[in-house]
Amino acid sequence: MSAGDRQGPQKERPRMMRHGPGRRGTIEKAKDPRGALNRLAGYLGDSRGTIALAMMFTTISTLLNLAGPYLIGVAIDQHIIPMKMGGLVNIVALIAVTYLSAALIDMAVGWIMSDVSQRILMKLRQNLFEHIQTLSLKFFDNTSSGDLMSRLTNDIDAVGAVLSHNLTEITRSTLIIVGIVVAMFLLNIWLALASLIVFPFMVVFTAQIGKRARFRFRDLQQNMGRLNGVMQESITGQKAVISFWQQGTITRKFRKNNTAVREAGTKAETYAMLVPPLVYIFSNANIAIVAGVGSWMVLKGLATIGVISVFISYSRKFSDPLRQFSNLYNSLQSALAGAERVFEVLDVAPEIEDSPDAHMVDGFEGKVEFKDVDFSYVPSEKVIKNMSFKAEPGKMVAIVGPTGAGKTTMVNLLSRFYDIQDGSISIDDENIAGLKKDDLRRQLGVVLQDVFLFSGTVMENIRYGRLDASDEEVIEAARFANADRFIRRLPHGYDTMLSERAGNLSQGQRQLISIARAILADPSILILDEATSSVDTRTEIQIQEALHRLMEDRTSFVIAHRLSTIRKADTVLVINQGEIVERGSHEELMEKKGFYYNLYMSQFKGTIDDADFTYIKPVERQDPVQPQRGSSSGMRGGMGAGTNPEMMRQRALEIIGIFKEKKAVSVESAKALGEMDLPPYFPRIMQNHLGPLGIIVEKDGCLYLVEDNIGKL
Amino acid sequence: MSSLKRSFRYLKPYSKEAAGAVILLVLVVAANLSIPRLVQVIIDEGVANQDLDVIIRTSFLMIAASVLSALFMTGNTILAIRASRGFEAGFRDAIFTKIQSYSFGNLDEFTTGQLLTRLTSDLNQVRLIITMSIRMFTRMPLTFILSIGLMWITNPQLSMVMVVLLPITITLVYVFIRVSQPLFRQVQEKIDYLNQVLQENLTGIRVVKAFARREHENNRFKKANDELYGSSVKINRNLSLFMPFITLLLNLGTVAVVYFGGVQVFRGTSSIGEIIAFMNYLTSAMFSVIVLSSMAGRISAAEASATRIFQAIDEEPKIKEKPEAVKLESIDGRVVFEDVGFTYGEDGGLPVLSNVNFVVEPGETLAILGATGSGKSTLVHLIPRFYDVTEGRITIDGWDVRDLELKTMRKLVGVSLQETILFSGTIRDNIRYGRPDASEEEVVMVAKAAQAHDFIMGFQDGYDTFVGQRGVNLSGGQKQRIAIARVLLVKPKIMILDDSTSAVDVETEIKIEEELRRIMNDSTNIIVAQRISTVLKADKILVLENGSIADIGNHRELLESCSIYREIYDSQLGGGVQL
Repeated sequence: MSAGDRQGPQKERPRMMRHGPGRRGTIEKAKDPRGALNRLAGYLGDSRGTIALAMMFTTISTLLNLAGPYLIGVAIDQHIIPMKMGGLVNIVALIAVTYLSAALIDMAVGWIMSDVSQRILMKLRQNLFEHIQTLSLKFFDNTSSGDLMSRLTNDIDAVGAVLSHNLTEITRSTLIIVGIVVAMFLLNIWLALASLIVFPFMVVFTAQIGKRARFRFRDLQQNMGRLNGVMQESITGQKAVISFWQQGTITRKFRKNNTAVREAGTKAETYAMLVPPLVYIFSNANIAIVAGVGSWMVLKGLATIGVISVFISYSRKFSDPLRQFSNLYNSLQSALAGAERVFEVLDVAPEIEDSPDAHMVDGFEGKVEFKDVDFSYVPSEKVIKNMSFKAEPGKMVAIVGPTGAGKTTMVNLLSRFYDIQDGSISIDDENIAGLKKDDLRRQLGVVLQDVFLFSGTVMENIRYGRLDASDEEVIEAARFANADRFIRRLPHGYDTMLSERAGNLSQGQRQLISIARAILADPSILILDEATSSVDTRTEIQIQEALHRLMEDRTSFVIAHRLSTIRKADTVLVINQGEIVERGSHEELMEKKGFYYNLYMSQFKGTIDDADFTYIKPVERQDPVQPQRGSSSGMRGGMGAGTNPEMMRQRALEIIGIFKEKKAVSVESAKALGEMDLPPYFPRIMQNHLGPLGIIVEKDGCLYLVEDNIGKL
Repeated sequence: MSSLKRSFRYLKPYSKEAAGAVILLVLVVAANLSIPRLVQVIIDEGVANQDLDVIIRTSFLMIAASVLSALFMTGNTILAIRASRGFEAGFRDAIFTKIQSYSFGNLDEFTTGQLLTRLTSDLNQVRLIITMSIRMFTRMPLTFILSIGLMWITNPQLSMVMVVLLPITITLVYVFIRVSQPLFRQVQEKIDYLNQVLQENLTGIRVVKAFARREHENNRFKKANDELYGSSVKINRNLSLFMPFITLLLNLGTVAVVYFGGVQVFRGTSSIGEIIAFMNYLTSAMFSVIVLSSMAGRISAAEASATRIFQAIDEEPKIKEKPEAVKLESIDGRVVFEDVGFTYGEDGGLPVLSNVNFVVEPGETLAILGATGSGKSTLVHLIPRFYDVTEGRITIDGWDVRDLELKTMRKLVGVSLQETILFSGTIRDNIRYGRPDASEEEVVMVAKAAQAHDFIMGFQDGYDTFVGQRGVNLSGGQKQRIAIARVLLVKPKIMILDDSTSAVDVETEIKIEEELRRIMNDSTNIIVAQRISTVLKADKILVLENGSIADIGNHRELLESCSIYREIYDSQLGGGVQL
């Protein structure tokens, strides 16, 4: 067994969804076996000489191995039976030398080939991997990673099994069969014919069984596919299974499928395993025939005992290559099919190649311009339509819009993950199509929606942003992203290993790490794609602070649903259905009362039922609220104290009436919803209390207008 | 080989089949080994005595022996396969059932991929070895021993050849296995590593591209690839030396037999037939050695697999039911945390929660706010005992949750997890997941309450729309709403929503909350949230900070007393707006 011979046990590895169950049910045939073979031959490359040499040596050793029994026969016939002791030592020595040289040659061949096949496999694997790295995101959108995995493992293994094992084995088996047949006929035509009688039967029987077995194997594969589906789903969703206490249900489902696999497996294998006993029976029957017929012929003077001994030895040697051949057909087929699938990926054109005169870049001013950009993933469905905008260096651009508006696509286009169909995208007045992709991307710091961390330590994961960063720089970046504090609290700090499930990290923490990674990369242009959606608002503010520092002299694009986080933007681009529908600052857009305004308001909109307004009790403040973050600080002064409770209540009621009408939960939203209708004193509230003011809370059937200074109105 | 040995336990239910298979094997070996003997008879008695009768009779005996041997072999095959497939099914059942007993803490220790590999390819490796062991491992040693015995019987003097041959062979096999066993293990590890690199690269391809790390990834893969190459070549080299060596030993043995046998024939102490028979026995004996040693690689692969499987099987469920666990039929829903502390993992690490004390009265709504990583999810996971507290205790209606029967308790406590998990199947199947017997009206009712009905009806197949790979792609918010409907259908007395509306827009969220208040008004509701608007109307709001309660109270109280709360509040609804 060689190391490449892994394809057997892995046959039932869960194949990924795209294939559907039973893809390997029947032996897959290559669509163009010759083409695949030729290309595979290309991989032999400089090993070709070695292989030719190995084949030559194999030929010699096989012939020597076959000469052995023949010489033994000679020894029996010419020395032992005639009792001629004289030459026996010589011939025995000759046989020993024959076997010894055969063994030495075999060792040499094995030694040479052990390297060759593995090197080809390694080359093929590396080529495929490196090629995959060059493919566009579009390719990954359409191909499941499971499918790619299986091409890089199962399919290459299938090729490897043939390469490492069969290349010399084919030669050997063929030679053995041909050699034996030739030798038999040379030795004794009639005995040869007699011993070959069983051969056609054997071939027919094994072929028949093989055919039947294949049907059952297909059945097995289908059942296996279903079982894998059940297991995959159960384990992926195990936490939900646990929380709904559905272990019983899923176990029943599992058992049903498990039993089906067991039954199908028993049937399929029973069929397949009938082949070896058959081969055995034929080979034993052959010995019987040789012994019986041969002895009869000896009696008649038509053969010698030495010949019988040779025939028996040969008969034993015969069955093995035969079995090899029946396996060979299958493994060759699946190897070629595997090779074809590998080449299929290798033939996918790499993503947008750099044009030969592409520029190197090492730093941008950061002026970004989209000019009449059109883009569609699928022809006829434009995702970005005629988009034009300009971002000045160092400015922050917020991209806002409903899901599916094309926000992420814009970022993908800027990174040149996809090429646009029409228009141009330029950075510092240079079309990005003329830049080296890698350089371009290195200058764009992207924090993606889906956080992906590699297995490895926290340190390594942050360092992914800049591989030559020192530990101190990594820690500095983490501190910048406000990640340092929680990282230090991990069991091994920066050396804590992260894994796929990473029970030790929350979503938000993973995001902080990915932000640190982007910070470390120190890009010219920063792109945040909803990077803070799972971070709580307070942490988000901390991150925003860090990012704000980072963004100071960098052009930055922020995509977020939470509008509160992008109010700081210099420009807001409101995107809907691939178009910029509005642009301007937050204030300008609010004034406009258009698309953005509605989007923004939905965040503050609340509904308060009439039933809520039964009793209003203004709340007396016990201690003054700490001034918060600038906006409201220092604005609370200057209000008269000690107002009549009844009047207070009246005013509160009035405010609440407005709230009710506008279905607003905060003063700010009430104002935004309809400033014109507010009572005269309302603007004053607005001006003076932009902080925690005017929230209505219902408790025990009562409604509280929580407003720290309402009494002072 | 301890793990493999342990796996044999699962063969026990099929011990009859296995035993039958082994017995049949003995018969196979006996029949097979009778053939050289019969050849000897033909030559020595038939040919030498010119007795055609003997020749014909013996030939037929030989054919009969072959047929019998084939029949026994077939019987053995059938039994062996039945046993090994049964073994596989039983073993897989054991692994799967074990996984079903896992709690969250156990699941954190494995990745999905790891568990699936154990259930599929690892198990397959072990099954192959079991099949082989029933078919080969008994047959080969048996053939070996019997052959040597028969050699002795046939010609004791010639058997001296074995005295030389045997020690060399055994030494050789021993050395080979000692040298290659670690190599096989190494190759196995390299394959695993290569696959891991591959898997990560493919999953994280966007990150790789965004950071333009192609070179880095190529090198990473190359390293793994080179290592695999190196180990594989080493193994192949070992094999390339070992196999011809063993064959050479067999052949030299034969040569020796020819010579010494020839000498015996001269002296008249032996016959030609005897020598031919002897050579055949020698071949059988040595061939079985070759077959056995060629399995060495498989065995170490299977041992590695078995070890991995037992890792999953030996994993102690971290949540165990007490034998005298209390079955609660119904509860009021009073939840009390008493000095609760919690740490993930045994090996230290800072506590995620410490000193948490609070009470939620039946029918109340508790909202939990706090920074990322402050322990909100962990806190709610402790209530239905997804994890066990490491300090203090949690009670439901006065019962320590650790004293309750899990099944009944989990039916009373409904949780919608932060990570929305939907299963393949229709939307209806998914909503009904927790209560498969729910009526159509109930399904629609909860879907309406979760604000999912409208978008579901927007699909062509409505509630029969398939979810996932083969069906529609639901947005994050839609998935969350289905997940909420799923919990509502169970009508839990304590309902926990762990950040379950984060991807739902505010307007819809408010509608959902209103519905929840309406239909869940006699349940205790615990809601983890990021948005202030979500928690506004809660009876109590708990503010978590670094695993401890910073403050607890209603919105009004917290605005006054809790600076963290005000900060959160400001960040969302208040501050930052300059008008």
